Amino acid sequence: MSLAAPAMAACNTQGMVHSLESFGSVDGPGVRFVVFLQGCNLRCRYCHNPETWAKDCGQPWTADKLFQHVWRYRNYWGKKGGITVSGGEPLLQMDFVTDLFRLAHARKVHTAIDTAGEPFRPDDPAYLAAFDALMEVTSLVILDLKEIDPEKHRRLTGKSNENILAMAQHVARLGVPLWIRHVLVPGLTDDEEGLRQTGAFIASLPTVQRVEVLPYHTLGLFKWQKLGIPYSLNDAQSPTDEQVRRAEELLMVDRYPG
Amino acid sequence: MKDYTQWEGFEGRIWKEEVNVRDFIQKNYTPYDGDESFLAGPTDATNKLWGALQKLQKEERAKGGVLDMETDVVSSLTSYGPGYIDENLKDLEQIVGIQTDKPLKRAFMPYGGIKMAEEACTTYGYQPSAELHKIFTEYTRTHNQAVFDAYTPEMRKARHSHIITGLPDTYGRGRIVGDYRRVALYGIDYLIEAKQHDFNNCGDGTMTDDVIRLREEIARQINALKGMKKMAAIYGIDISQPARNAKEACQWLYFGYLAAIKTQNGAAMSVGRISTFLDIYIQRDLDNGTLTESQAQELIDHMVLKFRMVKFARIPSYNQLFSGDPVWATLEVAGIGMDGRSMVTKTCYRFLHTLENMGPAPEPNLTVLYSPALPEAFKKYAAKVSIDTSSVQYENDDVMKPVWGDDYSICCCVSATQTGKEMQFFGARANLAKCLLYAINGGVDEKNGEQVGPNYAPVTSEYLNYDEVLPKYVQMLDWLAGLYVNVLNLIQYMHDKYYYEEAEMALIDTDVRRTFATGIAGFSHVIDSLSAIKYAKVKTVRNEKGLVVDYITEGDFPKYGNDDDRADEIGVWLLRTFLDMIKKRHTYRNSEATTSILTITSNVVYGKYTGALPDGRKAYTPFAPGANPSYGAEQNGLLASLNSVAKLPYHWALDGISNTQTINPDALGHSDSERVENLVQVMDGYFDQGAHHLNVNVFGKEKLIDAMEHPEKEEYANFTIRVSGYAVKFIDLTREQQLDVISRTCHGRL
Repeated sequence: MSLAAPAMAACNTQGMVHSLESFGSVDGPGVRFVVFLQGCNLRCRYCHNPETWAKDCGQPWTADKLFQHVWRYRNYWGKKGGITVSGGEPLLQMDFVTDLFRLAHARKVHTAIDTAGEPFRPDDPAYLAAFDALMEVTSLVILDLKEIDPEKHRRLTGKSNENILAMAQHVARLGVPLWIRHVLVPGLTDDEEGLRQTGAFIASLPTVQRVEVLPYHTLGLFKWQKLGIPYSLNDAQSPTDEQVRRAEELLMVDRYPG
Repeated sequence: MKDYTQWEGFEGRIWKEEVNVRDFIQKNYTPYDGDESFLAGPTDATNKLWGALQKLQKEERAKGGVLDMETDVVSSLTSYGPGYIDENLKDLEQIVGIQTDKPLKRAFMPYGGIKMAEEACTTYGYQPSAELHKIFTEYTRTHNQAVFDAYTPEMRKARHSHIITGLPDTYGRGRIVGDYRRVALYGIDYLIEAKQHDFNNCGDGTMTDDVIRLREEIARQINALKGMKKMAAIYGIDISQPARNAKEACQWLYFGYLAAIKTQNGAAMSVGRISTFLDIYIQRDLDNGTLTESQAQELIDHMVLKFRMVKFARIPSYNQLFSGDPVWATLEVAGIGMDGRSMVTKTCYRFLHTLENMGPAPEPNLTVLYSPALPEAFKKYAAKVSIDTSSVQYENDDVMKPVWGDDYSICCCVSATQTGKEMQFFGARANLAKCLLYAINGGVDEKNGEQVGPNYAPVTSEYLNYDEVLPKYVQMLDWLAGLYVNVLNLIQYMHDKYYYEEAEMALIDTDVRRTFATGIAGFSHVIDSLSAIKYAKVKTVRNEKGLVVDYITEGDFPKYGNDDDRADEIGVWLLRTFLDMIKKRHTYRNSEATTSILTITSNVVYGKYTGALPDGRKAYTPFAPGANPSYGAEQNGLLASLNSVAKLPYHWALDGISNTQTINPDALGHSDSERVENLVQVMDGYFDQGAHHLNVNVFGKEKLIDAMEHPEKEEYANFTIRVSGYAVKFIDLTREQQLDVISRTCHGRL
């Protein structure tokens, strides 16, 4: 590959970045550069990045500049790796992500968006057009399905989930590959019926390549304390290996070896 | 042209006409691009011998780190009868020979310095011989005595204040790799004949210093070759002729190495690049049906057992510098030949496999000569072994090959040397961070208050001004470089005179190329400190004598380790500036000056004697090791850190740029196969950019903390980690070193 920075059309859309991680290996296939964007509307009770909630802060980057920076890591990506935009909620800065991915896509870089889907507006044609434009340059959507039941979802995150499920279906319809993730919190997101329903919903999506159960952990707890936000899951435990295995069975993760 | 029957089946002519192991290898090796499925597990004999050795290692640890010591016999090629791992198991040993008469017993080696040899004994409760004391003080001199006799007061002061530390003036300089393969390929008689030829053609009869010295050296080399034959005969083996088969090749080669470690206690006693060479013998026997894969693996396992047993008597100050009892029995596998063929053979796999057959171990210091172009299957296997054992280091063949060819060895932790064609004058390192403090304080040492450097005008302002500090720093660096080179000139002269390495040099070409290896300590701290002065505001804090002893840094500044050119370019500048200052000076025996950014574990000792720095590093705390970014400086993850280090041009630091990284297994991937693929990808990306070296550790911080608190747990007996340029058993490190390792960034974002 050429060492010179690629010539680029002007993409001056500005994004608010929380942080950059040059080495991500669990947020998409292969070795990835992960961009964490600032801002999220959900208030998940187990969130391990609460410092990314606020929208009025972060480091400003233009898509151009950020891509030039990220491009320095191409040697590490090989055939599988690439860029993942995570957050926060990346869809809150959709135009920025689209511009960044366009630049990447033009150089055949694998692009993944790690989202909870909350900003998705299925009834807004303008929104859908913009979303579809993003999907054109997106290689993979990693969707965090927190809870299948709308009411439970509201209690867990503060928002309903109809639009999130609609997004999953929309992405699948567009033919964009999906990875589905579910954070397993014993006593909160591990009831058998809920997992079964989630599994059935996932099975209805034709482009799912991988399903991952992420065991709840308390490693982000100190951030809540630092930010002075009351943490409501003080009694929650990490799931046992057996609980994780059971959830994987119910979600039928073996069917998705991607 | 000689043509021994032992060479039957081998191709080529040039290597028969002259001593030329590279030509032999290139004409005869079989590249292997398959996977590891052919490998054989340990034999019963291997399990028994390794079990016996582990028992001895346990006893050694229980006795405070030394199992047994010699006090009355000066180590030489023939000073002991035969010795074995276990008398009752000696028939199981495929490869024989140990340094003394008993396993793990440390020899008495006074030529580097009688004082040190005696101190090593008394430290561990042994009483050195009074007679030997008399001989080595009254009747003859040692290297250490000679160096100190000749030192100038300035040199003594610089040494005392630790602006130059780790000098080989109290121990052997090491770093000379004899071409031990020659013993196997040619047998000793051929080698004596070749050296005799050189002796006959040494000089035209005009007795200049150079000619006289060389004639004496060749004579000593020939004597050492004769001694090697006698040494082997003690084990009932005649090595005067070439080895006939794989077993003999391993044994002959090992005898060459044994000769070196019986006569020298150099800091680094490397084995060299032997795997592809030995593979030729193993493959010939396998093809003839005279050897099975299991037997082949057993030969390699038993040879490696011997490398795991190398010991030297050391003094406490040495152990502080190089923690964990290392000997740098560095051994290389893989690489790519000049003709583009991969030099990976099945025996490269067999050497890595010893870590699986006998578990992880710090020695031999297994080094993969890496190129993204190596066979994929081999890269994956090496990555797998790394992930499982944290015992392997990687060095970039693509940057070393253009400089050193395709038959170089690693002569210390990471430094390359052409096998059998070069020797190195090892020279520890200069403390460039302390030098910055000298620039600010006008040559006065911040710790002991003495005028150590020249009394150039100090900085007098409250806030540091980059445009004032930088020229002062350059001026002070130039002083340090001059002093440093001259200290080394003196040391190397005396080492040649009083502790010449005749056994190793006998296995190197007479017309030897010499490199002069200087080094840098405190690299990352100088970069970040200069960056702080340039981009933030640095206020000085003075003591009652007006000496700057601390700094208050206000505001943020770019730090090395984040792929930020503003900081990284300072590093590139620093390396180039220091190299230029070294290179312009006269170096002993017309050697070629090189430099390195590697500290081994001496980063702790260097830090211990260095005051606070403008980058926020507290006084007397450890430096970052080697070329690593400073603790806590890395804010953008592993690859950003690697990119910063990769910007340093290797050809400006030909002695090596070491980088040690620890990756949390969970951060490397979800499954074993993902972890292997991702690690390969990381190395491809790093080395593709021209980076030189990477130590890879894969474990979490929790494991280190648990091992520190519970060293008695069985699982930690062989828990090996890579530190700067070598591997150690974690529980053998001092607590200070353990805490240092733990405090380093563990890459693993969750």
